[in-house]
This record gives sequence, structure tokens and C-alpha cells, in this order.
Amino acid sequence: MSAAPEPLLRVSALRRHFGGGRSFLRTQRTIRAVEDVSLTLRIGETLGLVGESGCGKSTTGRMIVGLERPSGGEILFKGRDLTGLTPKDWQRQRRDIQMIFQNPQSALDPRLSIGRQIREPLDLHGIGERGGRDAEVLRLMQAVALAPEMADRFPHQISGGQAQRVVIARALAMKPSLIVCDEPVSALDVSVQATVTELLQELQERFDIAYLFISHDLRVVKKLSHRIAVMYLGQIVEEGPTDPVYRRPLHPYTMALLAAIPDLSASRATRPVRLAGDPPSPANPPAGCHFHTRCPYARPRCSAEMPALRPLGEGHSVRCHFAGELGVAS
Amino acid sequence: MPGRLFLTKLARGLLTVWLIVTLTFVALNLSGDPIEALVGDQAPAEVIAHYREKFGLDRPLWQQYVSYVSGIAQGDFGLSLSDQRPAIELIAAALPRTLRLGLTAFVLGLLLGVGLGIVAALNRNRAIDRFVMSFAVLGFSLPNFFLGILLILLFSLHWRLLPSSGDQTIWHLILPAVTLGTHFAGTFARFTRSAMLEVLSKQYVVAARAKGVPRPRRVLWHALPNAAIPIITIIGLKLGDLVAGSIIVETVFAVPGVGRLLVNAVTSRDFALVQAILIMTSITMVLANLAVDAIYALIDPRMRAARSES
Repeated sequence: MSAAPEPLLRVSALRRHFGGGRSFLRTQRTIRAVEDVSLTLRIGETLGLVGESGCGKSTTGRMIVGLERPSGGEILFKGRDLTGLTPKDWQRQRRDIQMIFQNPQSALDPRLSIGRQIREPLDLHGIGERGGRDAEVLRLMQAVALAPEMADRFPHQISGGQAQRVVIARALAMKPSLIVCDEPVSALDVSVQATVTELLQELQERFDIAYLFISHDLRVVKKLSHRIAVMYLGQIVEEGPTDPVYRRPLHPYTMALLAAIPDLSASRATRPVRLAGDPPSPANPPAGCHFHTRCPYARPRCSAEMPALRPLGEGHSVRCHFAGELGVAS
Repeated sequence: MPGRLFLTKLARGLLTVWLIVTLTFVALNLSGDPIEALVGDQAPAEVIAHYREKFGLDRPLWQQYVSYVSGIAQGDFGLSLSDQRPAIELIAAALPRTLRLGLTAFVLGLLLGVGLGIVAALNRNRAIDRFVMSFAVLGFSLPNFFLGILLILLFSLHWRLLPSSGDQTIWHLILPAVTLGTHFAGTFARFTRSAMLEVLSKQYVVAARAKGVPRPRRVLWHALPNAAIPIITIIGLKLGDLVAGSIIVETVFAVPGVGRLLVNAVTSRDFALVQAILIMTSITMVLANLAVDAIYALIDPRMRAARSES
């Protein structure tokens, strides 16, 4: 563990601002959707990225798969910076980084049969022999536990759980080493969620795939992730191995999120923190610590000075001036 | 069974045609005495009686109706009152000109409209988009007779480039086809743009990008066929405008087609001919809508499924 090799993915100081342009008669406000996000992901590892909606976690994922252009920062994938790639280079790069979407039904072209949906990336990227591709489609379907006769069905004829399996199979077709999962199970029934997360875990072990698992559901994230990153208003406020973060959260925001999960005994160690109101607008983030407006422990320093993300041992980092001093009833 | 649904649609279409046959019959009988219009109100009584007998107008109304409907079922639309020839013959003589004009305008409008709509959607809110959409609004809001006269003024009178009336050569086709086609192009451009914008924002198009599908293939293979569904609906509806438009355009450009035939038939109260044209038109519309349904099934698997389940 200590002799850490170069990680699969290293994102540093990633930023994405929207708007800010000046057009006729008006100046648009800049929306800082993502502000200084850094994270690393090793081969075969899952990083859970959690936060409220609008905190920039999806934008971060979209930048990593190249659907969104970063305003600044660096995305090193297998040692290569992706931010400077031309669209043509991206076309080739995409084989290695795939994405799974929140709403699987709408991620499938309604006009194409399941078999053709899965086959398309094979044809596009010239993977395998032309004649062997049908067999490869069946192998992929088997890998995600879809019956072979489903190949002739159309998206509207299958369930949401099956559709997500198709999307996963389509992503697997390119043998990616990283899959960005953007809320992959939140649109599914709870019973189906479990089978899909189990499938994702099983595929990870078989094919050594790394996941960036974006979700607002802390229970799902806990089950899947090796490490957790918590985002608030475009910044990572706490990051660390799953267990310590859940057992002993150090940032008040993480504490509040965990306290909000009904029936999760881990949060009992901390005093229940309840979040009031909505997060502030990313067009006009509060000065100092972005969280101070909603933080029950806020002190004068918090509104004056932005805390840095600082390591507190065991790979656990926190963006809070008073981390470790708060609310822990030992 | 796909066949069963098709038969239902066919039966519905036949019902529509029958309703139109009946409504035409009622409306024209309410609109006045055709014999009076034919021979004038000064004509002697025996002349009027002679014509009444000749056209079967002396019989009770229900008998006229029954013989008319059974005639139509056998392809007999009766004699033109003013011309004494079978109405169907007159229509057949005028039809090729109308078809040539209508189809040219339609294809022109479709290609131009769908093409421009795609370009506009791909360049949303940029200058090209604004320009194309201005053209589209202009295209479908300018009345056909106005645009036609404008084109005649410019191309025939001012620059003397193209003939303004008649249909002797291919050159005669250009102005009327452009007049009629501009209207369709405007409508199709607008609908194509909005249908494409909706589909382009769909997740499967984003997903296609994420899996490395090149842009032309994304647009033409994933987006356009899915956007085609609302576009085809509009095409089906616009076929009715084609008939209405050709009546005006043929009158403006003096093309002796079915549209002009209809206008003349109405002014001379040519009972049988008006009926025949209206019925032929409605049959065309019914067939066109059946064709649209068939095309739906071809491009949209959801429609196919709806068929196989019913």
C-alpha cells in the first residue's frame, strides 16, 4: 500500500465555470459549478463522490469522460493529460473511460434493439473480428446476466433494471479501465438497486475496473466505495477511506449528511446536526468557508478565511478550520 | 396482428371517405339549383325539365344519393354539367400537371426545410440559426398568392428570366414550385429544428458521444430518425395544405391543373365535378395518412410493438 504507484486517474485543481460571458446589454453571472476539485483513483478502486444536487459532482464526472470542457485544472489519466485533447483524440480515448447514466431507459436509443445497442461500440472502435462480434455481444449480455433472447427486444420492452444492465454491457464492450457512474441506481427500485450494485462489484473484481461512483445516496455509496469524497458547492470538503469517514466524519457537512440517513448507527457518535435551508447559489458562494452559512459550529474565522483541504492522517483530509475539535463526544 | 390494425385503419379511412361523399352531396344540394346555373333562369320549362332528367335530378333526393354513392363505388363520378364529359376524365387530364407541381414543391420544401432545420438545430442560437429561422417564419407566413405575385414581378416582369404563366416547359414549373415549396420549407424547418433540439438533448445522444460515436453519425443515425417521428406527422398534415396551396398557386400562375379545375367548377356550379374533385382529394388524404402510419411503424419500434400487441 505504501509504495503507491502512479494512480489510474489524478485530477488536480479542476474547475468548471459557466457563463460569465458578456453579451449585448447584460453581463452574465459566473456560476462556479466546480471549484478546485482534486482526486485520485487507483486501478480497480471505487471512489464514491457524494453531495447534494447541484454541488458539482455530475459536472466533475462529465469533465472526466470529456462531455464537458474544464475551465482549468488537470486530468491525468494513465499519465496523459486529457484536458488538452482534440475531439479526434477524445474519440479514441473514450474506449478507456466509459460512463453509466442515471436514467438507463433514456440512455438507450429507442429505435435500436438491445443487441445492436451493445454492438455499436464494437463496430465503431473496430473491436474484435467482424464475424465474432455477435458472439461477443452474447458474452457481454451474459456478463451482466441478461438472457440471450433479450438481444432482439427494444428499450421500451424491458425494465429499468434490465436497461441499466444493457447500459453497463455497452460500457463494458470497450473494456474500459474507468467507468464514471452518474447516479446509476437512483432511478431504480430499491430491490433492483441491490442487484445492480452487486453486479457492478462483481464486474470490478473480474475486469479490474475503477469506478467513480457519483451519488447522493450515502447507503449505496458506502456499500460500493473504497474511498469517499464529499462535495459541497463545487469543492471537496472531506475525503478519505470509506470506513473512517462513515465512522468518524470530521467535517460538519459530512456529519449532517450522515445524521440525515435514517437508522445508520455510525452517526450516533456525533451529535445530530441538522441542515437548515438550501445550499447557497454557486453563482454567489459565501465568503470564507462556503459552508459557514449553514454550519452549526461556525465561528468568526469561518466567514473570513477559506479553509484548505488538509490531511489529518490515515488518508483522511478535511476542509475545515476546526476539524477534529467538533462535536465528537468521545 | 399487424394486419388487423391495418384493416382497422383502412376501415376508418373508408368511413372518412363515405362521410365526405355524403357531406359534399348535402352541401352542394343546399347551395342552389345547378340546372338554373347551367341554362339560366330565362330558359323554358321544358329545357330545364330535359336537363333535370338527363342528370337524374328529377328523382327523389335519396335515389340521387344512392345512385351517386354506388356510382362512386364503381369509379363513376357522373358527368360534368358544363362539359358533358365524365368528371373523372377532366380530372385525369388535369392531374399530371398538379402532381408535377405539387410533388416538386413538396420535395423541394422537404429537402430544404429538413436540411435547414438540422443546420439550425446544430447551431442553436447562433447567427446561422437566427437567419434560417427568419427565413422559415417568412416562408410560412407569406401567403402563397402574395409570394407568387412577388416572384412574377421580380423574375418575369423585372428581370424577364422566367415565364409567369402556363406549363409548357420545365421553366414554367420553377416559379409556382418555388412559391409552394417555400411555404413547406418554412414549416418543415421549424418543426425539424425543434424536433432535433429535443432529441439532441436526450441522454442517448449524450451517451453516444460518451462512447465515441462521431458527430455526423450521432446526428444522422441516432438523432434524425428519432426526430423524424414528429416531422412525419407534420408531413401527413401538410399534404392537405398541398391541395389548398395548389388551388391558389395554379390560379396565380394559370396552370391548368386540378386546383384551377376546382375553382372553375365551383364558379360554374358544376356539381358533379366539384364532388368528384373533393372525393378524389379526400381519398388521397386518407391514403397519405395510411402511408404515414406505415412509415411510423417502419422507423419506430414502439409503434411496431403497439401493433403486435393489439
